[in-house]
Amino acid sequence: MNEGVNVVALVVFCLFFVAVTVMGFLAAKWRKAANENSLDEWGLGGRSFGTWITWFLLGGDLYTAYTFVAVPAAIYAGGAAGFFAVPYTILVYPLIFTFLPRLWSVSHRHGYVTTSDFVRGRYGSKGLSLAVAVTGILATMPYIALQLVGIQAVLDVMGVGGGENTHWFVKDLPLLIAFGVLAAYTYSSGLRAPALIAFVKDTLIYLVIAVAIIYIPIKLGGFDAIFEAASGKFETINETTGKPTGALVPAEPGQWTYATLALGSALALFMYPHSITATLSSKSREVIRRNTTILPLYSLMLGLLALLGFMAIAAGIKVANGQLAIPQLFENMFPSWFAGVAFAAIGIGALVPAAIMSIAAANLFTRNIYKDFLKPDATPEQETKVSKIVSLLVKVGALVFVLTMDKTVAINFQLLGGIWILQTFPALVGGLFTRWFHRWALLAGWAVGMVYGTYQAYTVSSPTQAHFGGSAKEMPLIGEIGYIGFSAIVLNLIVTVVLTFVLRAVKAPDGVDETSPSDYTADAGDPGVDPEVPPLTAATH
Amino acid sequence: MSETSGAGRGTVTPTRVVIALCLLAPFVAMLWVGSYAKVEPTFIGIPFFYWYQMAWVLISTALTMVAYVLWRRDQRARAASRNSSTQDGGASS
Repeated sequence: MNEGVNVVALVVFCLFFVAVTVMGFLAAKWRKAANENSLDEWGLGGRSFGTWITWFLLGGDLYTAYTFVAVPAAIYAGGAAGFFAVPYTILVYPLIFTFLPRLWSVSHRHGYVTTSDFVRGRYGSKGLSLAVAVTGILATMPYIALQLVGIQAVLDVMGVGGGENTHWFVKDLPLLIAFGVLAAYTYSSGLRAPALIAFVKDTLIYLVIAVAIIYIPIKLGGFDAIFEAASGKFETINETTGKPTGALVPAEPGQWTYATLALGSALALFMYPHSITATLSSKSREVIRRNTTILPLYSLMLGLLALLGFMAIAAGIKVANGQLAIPQLFENMFPSWFAGVAFAAIGIGALVPAAIMSIAAANLFTRNIYKDFLKPDATPEQETKVSKIVSLLVKVGALVFVLTMDKTVAINFQLLGGIWILQTFPALVGGLFTRWFHRWALLAGWAVGMVYGTYQAYTVSSPTQAHFGGSAKEMPLIGEIGYIGFSAIVLNLIVTVVLTFVLRAVKAPDGVDETSPSDYTADAGDPGVDPEVPPLTAATH
Repeated sequence: MSETSGAGRGTVTPTRVVIALCLLAPFVAMLWVGSYAKVEPTFIGIPFFYWYQMAWVLISTALTMVAYVLWRRDQRARAASRNSSTQDGGASS
């Protein structure tokens, strides 16, 4: 990849990077509210964001740089199987339409900042809340690390990644600078920084995709030629497995995998702390429901982006590391200056989710570990301070992770993270609709799901890895190959239901529920909602 | 007593059934992979498998919008009837 530095692309990239850095720091003054030192301000942007800001923020948050690199890379490597990301993001919106407004309402009435806050309030169980918090932090860390992998891919293709023999410090310097800057403005501006930068990120991404999806097929002779080339490549037999390298449509045995991956991932997405943080920062439950009707625009973009994987094949891109396929396609196809714009889109695309993820993980630590277990009488100022520091530590941790360990370790952990975070679904979504599940049963179900999922993932081998070789395995009873997270959540639910019957029969102590039915449908302006949010007049500035 | 009957005032209404169907349809369509795992018919050279799923992004968006509009109308109707019933008797709380 290191054929010399692409100067024009690098200059354009740096210009955009400097611009968003300035925006990141100025964001602290944007829509400023009276009480700066509360966690609601730093960690949730004052809970004041309207429809459009929420749309950009959630879009910038969920469709990460890693997604942009990894989804087409999966298509490039194996064809149809990688396209599951599209049905996955289709299924997400009916789901959030159903349960997120309830979470928003109960969180506003009780001042919850994290999902664990809700779980503790609903079940009166610090243990269950701790389990949810730890799962959230564990699942988020490798996700942040993967954003760095996304930036690295772009830097590599621009020729500033350094070769094999470059001193490690020189090689990683650009990444260190990028992350230093990110850490500094997240610290000073909180959630307002990624919210503002998301505008730039998404505008760039939409622009690049629109150009790529028209310009590249014209250069390659149309979609007919593109899919013909892809079909030819997928028919070649892989020497190690003795099977074709890919397929244009999933064959019969792969369809269960496809469907369970789509469903399992859709259920997991809004268990991630960063999705919840972006959701709770909106100013009313209307904003969330309205967003489910406009967020799918990102899914359409993701589908088009996935097709770039086929274009990379047709354009004859040959890379050892599949993740470089799309950046390399941009570099080969676009004039240098526009390649620079495309790289900036991916680079900035990494900064927005990384900032939100680190804020979300920090909020979890502060609210559900620090305040619940270490310092119950912490003031809002102390909470905010701890959150700011933890957001730094989380990022440093991710950086060390990427710099010291092999990239595949981060990918393995992210795969595990998806399985893990899904195991919090019964406690959270179950709790939004019913109080029937017993807190101890939920904890047991969670533990069983975590252990089962981790073990199953450990036993999957691939041609290149002995363990954690993939996320699909034969499902018990059904006998088809399916997503491990899906089998684990089914097992988790069975354990939870059976144990709830048992615990209810023996009248085990149920815990105090501090919420009431009307909390789940309350909207901004209702009694008990307004006093806890800062005055909405701040939003008019 | 009045709390349960008030909140549950016809919990399953035709409108709510339509909302549920709108939200459920994408799951049936997308999880039934066998129904769309084929190459033909292609659209401007793109195999059916790909353009069909992208078309479903638009279809599910339309369905969610219908659900949203119906849900809002449902909420407003409920709020209106709740207000009028409190004005009538004031004993419903």
